[in-house]
Amino acid sequence: MIARRLIYLAPVLVFAVVAGYFLWGLGPDRNPRELPSVMIDKPAPEFTADPLAGMSVPGLSTADLRTGQVSLVNVFASWCIPCRAEHPLLMNLAQRGEVAIFGLNYKNKPAEALAWLEELGNPYGRIGTDESGRIGIDWGVSGVPETFVVDGAGRIRYRHWGPIDRDAMESIILPLIEELRG
Amino acid sequence: MIPEIGHFALILALAVALVQGSLPILGAARGKQAWMATAAPTAVLQLVLVLTAFLALMHAYATSDFTVANVVLNSNSAMPMLYKISATWGNHEGSMLMWVLILAAFGAAVALFGANLPAPLRARVLSVQAWIAIGFLAFSLFTSNPFERVFPPPLDGNDLNPLLQDPGLAFHPPMLYMGYVGFSIAFSFAIAALIEGRVDAAWARWVRPWTLAAWCFLTAGIALGSWWAYYELGWGGWWFWDPVENVSFMPWLMGTALLHSAIVVEKRDALKSWTVLLAILTFSLSLIGTFIVRSGLLTSVHAFATDPERGLFILALLFVTIGGSLILYAVRAPALKPGGLFAPVSREGGLIINNLLLTVACATVFLGTMYPLIAETFGYKATVGAPFYTATFVPIMTPLIVLMPLGPFLSWKRADLAGVVGRLKFALLASVAAAALTLYLQRGPVIPVLAMGLAAWLFAGAVIEWTGRVKLFRTSPAESLRRALGLPRSAHGMTLAHAGMAVAIAGMVASSTWKVEEILIMRPGDTTTVAGYDYRLEKVERLQGPNYLSDTATITVTRDGKPVATQRPEKRSYFVQNMPTTEAAIHTTFLADLYTAIGDPDGKGGQTVRIFYEPLVPWIWIGCLMMMLGGAVSLSDRRLRVGAPKRKSGAVPAAARA
Repeated sequence: MIARRLIYLAPVLVFAVVAGYFLWGLGPDRNPRELPSVMIDKPAPEFTADPLAGMSVPGLSTADLRTGQVSLVNVFASWCIPCRAEHPLLMNLAQRGEVAIFGLNYKNKPAEALAWLEELGNPYGRIGTDESGRIGIDWGVSGVPETFVVDGAGRIRYRHWGPIDRDAMESIILPLIEELRG
Repeated sequence: MIPEIGHFALILALAVALVQGSLPILGAARGKQAWMATAAPTAVLQLVLVLTAFLALMHAYATSDFTVANVVLNSNSAMPMLYKISATWGNHEGSMLMWVLILAAFGAAVALFGANLPAPLRARVLSVQAWIAIGFLAFSLFTSNPFERVFPPPLDGNDLNPLLQDPGLAFHPPMLYMGYVGFSIAFSFAIAALIEGRVDAAWARWVRPWTLAAWCFLTAGIALGSWWAYYELGWGGWWFWDPVENVSFMPWLMGTALLHSAIVVEKRDALKSWTVLLAILTFSLSLIGTFIVRSGLLTSVHAFATDPERGLFILALLFVTIGGSLILYAVRAPALKPGGLFAPVSREGGLIINNLLLTVACATVFLGTMYPLIAETFGYKATVGAPFYTATFVPIMTPLIVLMPLGPFLSWKRADLAGVVGRLKFALLASVAAAALTLYLQRGPVIPVLAMGLAAWLFAGAVIEWTGRVKLFRTSPAESLRRALGLPRSAHGMTLAHAGMAVAIAGMVASSTWKVEEILIMRPGDTTTVAGYDYRLEKVERLQGPNYLSDTATITVTRDGKPVATQRPEKRSYFVQNMPTTEAAIHTTFLADLYTAIGDPDGKGGQTVRIFYEPLVPWIWIGCLMMMLGGAVSLSDRRLRVGAPKRKSGAVPAAARA
């Protein structure tokens, strides 16, 4: 008889477990869109990327990230619509000149990237090309755009997945840069 | 002024729901006729009030009243009228209001058509219905008020999400909600039955039509959503196992199980507590379906209204509704008397297997949908995609489809399996023939070829059962016609629905296996050949729509030099939200879709063009339509229209009515 009662109790018990998950899932610290990176606090991977042909800015390599300056490495491509959305914020940041902004042009034909930058303006102090996506793999890039904050010693300190919006810029990225420059 | 009337009507509706939720059910407990009699008028009054609120909001949208915050955020004066109207429910607040409207409409329908229900049952059902309404009216009023004003009013609105500006999507939410909310009736009946401690054939006879109606709407809603994804997202896919799709699919699976188990309760007075549980679970999944994507719990490619701040309120509502009803079930269900006995091989047994497989299939979809959340508690991030469902869902559905044609041949209580299999030998033949034909045409792979055979098995099985009943070719055509007319509508409905399922499966298998896709850069004048059709890009021109700019390509399709179609796929850029959308061009031959979409120009005079050859895709929608029609035909059955017979005291001898 008790076993029979337990069967009828099973649905509500299962629901209690599911409900527990729901409750935990709504926790204020949890952001389902955030992807963790194994690269956090590790040195940026070794790489040397050629400059973008036709652009008067130098290429990008690991050495450029170890100059004692905090830098922002932004992975972009001309075919990426969200990149267009975050572009004005990067231009704005570049004009303020507080932080070095480097671009990694990911899986993009150089001519297309060039046309894109000519249309929208170039916020990047250095641009590395990664037409094959090989460097992106070392960085653990899962999509475009993605942005990394690298400290003066060349360690990756933060990774932002997807386009940077005003909120992320002001509440996460700028405070972190401020802190790293200490 | 009008928005305030709407707001006020909504507040009044909450007050009325409080009365409807308390007086009738107390009256039923104490045997007070007058108290019970308040159920019907309050249910109708609630519908009038919520409808007033809804029309007030719709008026604000239709007249582009930008003093209302909701209109500002989701509409624009340049939008065509159809989308101004559909924008009413194309946002979180408005869709909540529509949800409550449909809930009130179903409640009023029970009040109006339920005159022959026993008074205490009707009073209890309507009270439970009111409890649900109280929860969601409160949610709407306290956290998602659609009538909030803005001052000063802006000059123009922010426009509706361009993806939603589409005729298919204008009607997708209402259909889906009628499905979701329709299951609330089965839920209310289940709760009322648990309170009364009695489930009988009369109860099942009442639950079945409402479930069937809800199921038809849900089928339509899911099909419309899938169709929309197919032509609007521009990738030629029709199902992505996205959380939003999954949460609408789960109530469908459970609702299908409920439809079938209710038959057993009605005819054989068995499976009672299981059916009650299914009714609770189906509506619970509908609630989860409506709300999980709004709470910000899971991410989805097309969650349009996420807001974590409302999440807690939603969660509290889910806890009370689902947790409360399951506790009631745990306490009261053991008291339900088990009914008729049957052998394992019998129609009851067949329907139990149907229920088990559908429930397990639903559980795998649930697990897949919740997996990101579960994985996170173990410290990693992951999502599961199509491969997971192919490996779990498909193998569970396969035996279901193998057994589906057998079910209708089984007799109640005890059946002769060998005899049934014998009657299906032609279906087996059809199945082998279909597989052989597919193999000849496509030359593999093996599993999809077998799956096409399976679809033919199901289709032929359904048709054979029907022809057997009308004795087609075994007696004179006139006699067959007479028998067909004499057959209960629900028999025709079942055949249609089962055959529709077969057609849809064939479409799903063929389109996911033998789809041909080509992505290339074309310049005007370029030609390419995909699956035997020649495509020529004639020109790309920039056209102006009411609230967007469009790059429209003209592509002529020919086969062996003969013209087939002229396709005009578009890429639109909406002004206000600065968002691009793809409008694919589709030419259907009913055996396949020729599907073209354009992407971005390459800056050198070329254009990205995506060309898909989608075999049998139209069959998916045709199959869904057949299932829906099957449901509707079954719903028109006289037996269901007449409604419940008078309850007798004590157990009802079900066999006498079967």
